[in-house]
Amino acid sequence: MVSFKDFIIPRVKKDYIISLLEKGRRVDGRGFEEYRKMEIKVGVIDNADGSAQVKLGDTFVVVGIKSSIGEPYPDEPNKGVFIVNAEFPPVASPSFEPGPPDENAIELARVVDRGIRESNFIELEKLVIVPGSKVRLIWVDIYVLNHDGNLIDASSYAAVAALLSTKLPKVVVGDDGRLEKLEEREPLPLRGVPIHVTHAKINGKILVDPTLEEESIMEARLTMAVTEDGKICAVQKGGIGSFTMDEVKAVMENTLKLAPTIRERILGAVKGGQV
Amino acid sequence: MRRRDGRAPDQLRPMKFEVGILKNADGSAYVEMGLTKVIAAVYGPKEPHPRHILMPDRAVLRARYHMAPFSVTEERKSPAPSRREIELSKVIKEALSAAVLLKQFPRTVIDVYIEVLNAYGSTRVASINAASLALADAGIPMRDLVAAVSVGKMGGELILDVDDYEDKYGEADVPIAMMPGRGEITLLQMDGLLTPEEFIRALELAKKGIMEVYELQRKALREKYEAIWREYGF
Repeated sequence: MVSFKDFIIPRVKKDYIISLLEKGRRVDGRGFEEYRKMEIKVGVIDNADGSAQVKLGDTFVVVGIKSSIGEPYPDEPNKGVFIVNAEFPPVASPSFEPGPPDENAIELARVVDRGIRESNFIELEKLVIVPGSKVRLIWVDIYVLNHDGNLIDASSYAAVAALLSTKLPKVVVGDDGRLEKLEEREPLPLRGVPIHVTHAKINGKILVDPTLEEESIMEARLTMAVTEDGKICAVQKGGIGSFTMDEVKAVMENTLKLAPTIRERILGAVKGGQV
Repeated sequence: MRRRDGRAPDQLRPMKFEVGILKNADGSAYVEMGLTKVIAAVYGPKEPHPRHILMPDRAVLRARYHMAPFSVTEERKSPAPSRREIELSKVIKEALSAAVLLKQFPRTVIDVYIEVLNAYGSTRVASINAASLALADAGIPMRDLVAAVSVGKMGGELILDVDDYEDKYGEADVPIAMMPGRGEITLLQMDGLLTPEEFIRALELAKKGIMEVYELQRKALREKYEAIWREYGF
């Protein structure tokens, strides 16, 4: 099994990171509440219905959206279906091995899914073609191409940007009841952009957007996703350490503070990418 | 507000905690939270298989959360681990690892096996409550027990200890595990929608429930030894 713990840094490096944190500094010069440089580009995969790539420092993630038509879930017959999957292909890190998604990839996909689903970002009820039997399936495939920490945030921004850039082929029901895919395309019905923000705890200090080095020595991480109207829509703690109540509150407040700027960045990139 | 099963918003379901129920395991526990019934067994510390997972300076704790095919209210669940079970196994492992003094057993593995026998809401927190008792029953040194509850929201009100109905029709679900004696949160998840104020209130409500669970856990452990005490006529 692949594990983030496979990435081990020398003790001197660990001590160096911690001694800097004690002085309020990080190895790459960032503040504790500062993200790495972020680049977002949409429309990078021509054959996908929507796509985006996000570079967060040296973390590099591509998300492709593919849509198809299928059956709804039996308990939600009048809603489209939305599926998130994450792959950690071996190109991305010496600690990734070929094989089916491991617990880290599954957790990543499910946390991104949770933020998007619970915020009601995708108007699934508008993806019904024949009520109860034919709906659109929206597949979100997260592809990690270079792992330098904070895969959850990078993947979530790429997923959101890809969904915002998605154009689905129009589908009509013919006289004989058969479905016909048209050349014409329409945007995916969306509302309010959810934003995931991940903080790590290292030696009792809380910092946002951890690098792989920082993740390899962190006690724990806490991801929160917030909606456009400032509600919490998903939370996930990871790692074998713990958080106090006050630390959770601090993480929440910083998440609420950072999310609007990130949302602007994503929306700006999507707008800029669609000439 | 009264809930569907008649509980007050801040009231736990009837609970049952028992330790040492499986002969073969090094430690075991059975937990009921209402209709949710969970069994946990601990094997270890023992030699790791495969060997490459061993850590030179500590024990590796593994957890497997698994639902029995007959445990669900819906149709039979396939016994193959679902993506949900894989994720829950991971967060449960992390929630327990925070408490276990892993450095006391380098180069070993501690296996925690959890079987959900009847699922009626809050199975992951019931699993943590059972697993933490099973670890204590196995005599594995821990910083504290890990106690867990879930907080939900229904009809605009926060509710403690979410059952299956409240999970399906509620507006949010926040499972939380803590080391109650230390005030440290070792599992925290959420789905649904909560305002920041509600989220903080949910944490506080959870803490109240966790203290009650913690008492029951300690009582279950004490009872096991008191029974032995009585058996030998002290």
